[in-house]
Amino acid sequence: MMTFEPQLLLRLAALGIGGVIVQTAAISQLPIAGANADLSPLLVMAVGLLCGSLAGGCFGFGVGLFFDVVSLQTLGVSSLVLLGVGYGAGRIREARDPEGTLVPLAVGAAATLTFALCFALMQFLLGADAPVSWALVRQTLATLVVNTLIAVPVYAIVRRVLHASLPDDPRRRRRRAYTTGGLSPLSRGVDLR
Amino acid sequence: MYDKTVRRRRAVLGLLVACSLILLTAYYGESAGGALHGVQRGTSEILNPVQEGASRALKPVRDLFGWFGDTFAAKGQVKELRAERDRLRSEALRNESLVRDNKRLSDLLELDGALGLGNLAPRTGRVIFQSPTVWYATIRVDKGSDDGVRVGQPVINEEALIGRVTEVFGGSAQVTLITDTTVKVPARAGRRGIFGIVEPASVGNPTDLVMKFAPPGARLSPGDRVLTRGTEPEDSHASLYPAGLPIGEITRIDNEGTDTQEIHLRPFADLRSLDFVQILTQPRGPRS
Repeated sequence: MMTFEPQLLLRLAALGIGGVIVQTAAISQLPIAGANADLSPLLVMAVGLLCGSLAGGCFGFGVGLFFDVVSLQTLGVSSLVLLGVGYGAGRIREARDPEGTLVPLAVGAAATLTFALCFALMQFLLGADAPVSWALVRQTLATLVVNTLIAVPVYAIVRRVLHASLPDDPRRRRRRAYTTGGLSPLSRGVDLR
Repeated sequence: MYDKTVRRRRAVLGLLVACSLILLTAYYGESAGGALHGVQRGTSEILNPVQEGASRALKPVRDLFGWFGDTFAAKGQVKELRAERDRLRSEALRNESLVRDNKRLSDLLELDGALGLGNLAPRTGRVIFQSPTVWYATIRVDKGSDDGVRVGQPVINEEALIGRVTEVFGGSAQVTLITDTTVKVPARAGRRGIFGIVEPASVGNPTDLVMKFAPPGARLSPGDRVLTRGTEPEDSHASLYPAGLPIGEITRIDNEGTDTQEIHLRPFADLRSLDFVQILTQPRGPRS
């Protein structure tokens, strides 16, 4: 279980606020193939992968709430969906501890798709009466592609921002495990000679 | 120890899910003047200057992206002018933003003149925020109640009607676009001025609107223009939109001649790239 130091909390807060402001002030106004990149699921995914499910869930809730407040949208929708995204990404880290460099790409795509589908589902549950068009599907797919392409750089930026405050960065942990012959209780407890 | 960790994690998750659902239910159930709406408005009011500053600071980045887009689109011309382009590229980067702004403002003034909007007290504002999700077609402009902006006022750009003001702060205002599912615009179409209500055809499609409630026998055809209807003497309520604002052009008619006919139109305004807009602060003309 990761301990949350004040420095890490401050960095997460700055990351969330800065990310939402950059998203709404700049990235939303940059159409790429008829759609926009959506930073929020990528940020939440990156924090979940780096800090675990608890931090990912809390960060997702906070970013979603801030996003709903800033955008004057129905409170609670984004926070509920991003909470799930952050928690899921954190559980992937805790259960699998994936180490490939393309893991953020795959998890980023999954996070974006999950966010888009769950957000749409919530809108219908809340009573959106307009029909779904191919344009919506096309935009969702375009956002998915754009987000997948930028997932790795976003993950790298988030890791750089949080690096100094992470007590057990996955890369450091793996490197340490490699150089010390493994930290697993199994590998330490069994004499292979 | 492990059990404790898992229990703690699940407890926090459950708590946050419960918080989200409570917020959702409370927000959805209260009126627009409720406590949560008030907190949301207050927070937005505080953050507006930050957003405006961020929007201005990040404008060069947006312009750079726009410049790349323009360059790709004009590849053929650029080929012929490659040598000259190299020399002028740095200068063009500096001037591109100013030229684009100037053109849009000039176009706005021309639309004012053509439609006689001068007496509707238009206020020109810059877009500082755009909703990133297609489910909310909203923008925010840097003109607010200090500039005479009020909820319900219509908003146009240099091409046509784009939406109406739905939230006002001191120095900014939220505009809900005509492609949002909550917006309905009374309109007239064609030379005979056939009445109907214009609304989005579907979620997330900024190029397709639909005009409903037009009489089945209406003689309309693709290419006919659709304008705002305004308020007629027999109307019990005044329309939010003055008469004669262009909305779009009819592209096709589904189920023509039946009670379920749907008249599709393409909006004149490109709602995906809005830089400057005008809020008509006196949509019913000058106050007497």
